Amino acid sequence: MRRQQAPAHSDSDVILRMQDICKDYHTGGEIQHVLKNIDLTVRKGEYLAVLGPSGSGKSTLMNIIGCLDVPTSGSYELQGAEIGSQNENELSEIRGNEIGFIFQSYYLLQKQTAYQNVELPLIYANIPERKRRERVEHCLEEVGLADKMGYFPNQLSGGQQQRVAIARAVANHPSILLADEPTGALDQNTGVQVMNLFHTLNEEGNTIIMITHDAKIAGHAKRIVKILDGVISEGAVEDA
Amino acid sequence: MRISVIGQSVKMAFSNIRNNKMRSFLTMLGIVIGVASVIALITIVSSVTGSVVDQFEALGAGTLTITAQGTSVKHGLEDEDIEKLSQVEGVEAVAPTASLSSTAVYDGTVSSVVQIEGRDAVYFQHNDDTIQSGRYFNAAEMSGEINVAIVDTDFVTNVLNGNSSLGTTFILNGYEYTVIGIKSADSSVTSALNTDSDSGGTVIIPYQNVLKMSVMKNVTSLEVYYADDADTTALEDALSACLDEIFEVTDDTADEAYSISSVDSLVETMTSTETLLSAMLGGIASIALLVGGIGIMNMMLVSVSERTREIGLRKALGAQPYRIQLQFLIESITLSLLGGLVGIILGELTAYAGTVVMGTTFSVSYGAIALGAGFSAIVGIIFGWMPAKRASALNPIDALRSE
Repeated sequence: MRRQQAPAHSDSDVILRMQDICKDYHTGGEIQHVLKNIDLTVRKGEYLAVLGPSGSGKSTLMNIIGCLDVPTSGSYELQGAEIGSQNENELSEIRGNEIGFIFQSYYLLQKQTAYQNVELPLIYANIPERKRRERVEHCLEEVGLADKMGYFPNQLSGGQQQRVAIARAVANHPSILLADEPTGALDQNTGVQVMNLFHTLNEEGNTIIMITHDAKIAGHAKRIVKILDGVISEGAVEDA
Repeated sequence: MRISVIGQSVKMAFSNIRNNKMRSFLTMLGIVIGVASVIALITIVSSVTGSVVDQFEALGAGTLTITAQGTSVKHGLEDEDIEKLSQVEGVEAVAPTASLSSTAVYDGTVSSVVQIEGRDAVYFQHNDDTIQSGRYFNAAEMSGEINVAIVDTDFVTNVLNGNSSLGTTFILNGYEYTVIGIKSADSSVTSALNTDSDSGGTVIIPYQNVLKMSVMKNVTSLEVYYADDADTTALEDALSACLDEIFEVTDDTADEAYSISSVDSLVETMTSTETLLSAMLGGIASIALLVGGIGIMNMMLVSVSERTREIGLRKALGAQPYRIQLQFLIESITLSLLGGLVGIILGELTAYAGTVVMGTTFSVSYGAIALGAGFSAIVGIIFGWMPAKRASALNPIDALRSE
């Protein structure tokens, strides 16, 4: 697997480029500047942690990276395409193809099996049935749950549920795995297991952006940016 | 739009209905009741009126009835007038009829009022399937000198105390009559129209005998027989012209002197009554359908708010708003159509039971089925649209954050 060693000025492997991103919220006549002039570039194969306390604007940043929200000003390029002018349908399509979400509390559909949960993004990407089966089985194998495909979420442990969610995130080969406090609901041991899985996925070439308030968890990433009061600063750690 | 997208939405709809069995069943019940009542009412009305119309047509096809009270100058029709009418083009034969009502005495007991009909040979030529047992009047009896009668089953029950043997005698208007034939109770248009529950029954006696009993010497009622393929409108016009001449009246005053009625116009009235009745009952029943639709809308709205986070998640995973909308819309259409299907089956069964109870013939009304299916699909679309639109418009960030 190719490590992130490309020359600093090459644009060919840039996945995400944010320039001067601002996000304002209007609350009761007051304007709240949640993100202030954010500049961020992420290249293919990076494993980045965005570290910040709650209220720092990291969730807003995640929403913008994940195309769930659009910035008030500034430029956001994802895989070379400018984000901002798309309508809801187009944004959904971009999310489905480019972003693999991993949430703190897994967000699995409780009445669907592990298999069906992983299949969901592939259905929305209009992947034909046979190919879906192949990919779902492969992804669940990769997270070590090949024998739990027919299980419902409530029959699985928290760690297993988060692994199903990770399998769902990688199923459609997204450009970025976007994880929001992925270990927040897990105990120490299972949290470490999930982090090991992230490491493996990154080794295989997946680009990972992890949002967290936990410096210890952030330490698993190869690069850390800190966010405080809507301003980011490059963390010292490279290849931590 | 790709078929597989719709297929997926249908799959999801069914799995969601399965996951909420009780709620889905109760919601569907509204549509079931609405569709079932529309179908049952329409089918019952159409089969009841249908069999009445059939009876009229079977009995009265090829017959016109002339009622002629006459004017103050000329009462009723005389023999030569009847002769004239029988010469009108298109007329096969005319049969004067006379009717009276009176009491009869049997075994010393006076009955309630019975209908007395006078018929002649021509009538029996054209109504040769009237009697169940016994025989018609012969030529000698037609002369008016012999007192014989054909009685209907009502008469047998009410007057003769159930004694249906031929040769039984009873007293009618002071004359002793002998039963020579029995006819079924409702085998003539006249008696079908005179379904007077007080009537003790009908007795048919030779035409001349009735004239003898009544004060009136002239004929006031006449049956006109014509070929099945005749143009009835032209025939009625020709008869009118002839009658105008007989009574020396103009079109303006003719209404008081005589009237011509036909089974055809009766059937027409029946049919238009049926249409009106069906529309009215169908309209009332569709209120139930409306209520059912509101039930569906209510359930879909609850479902959307319960599944807000699921909707947010689906959107994050790449579901476009139109697919969310489609999924919810198909869910409501599926619910509604399932309800419609059950309603159609239930409605037809109810209609079948209804027709059996009323003794009419049951026929599956395909129009009503199409109406039921169409209605339930439309209800699903109309009442599912708003909840589905609401689901598709949810902001994924807010939706994901909701509990």
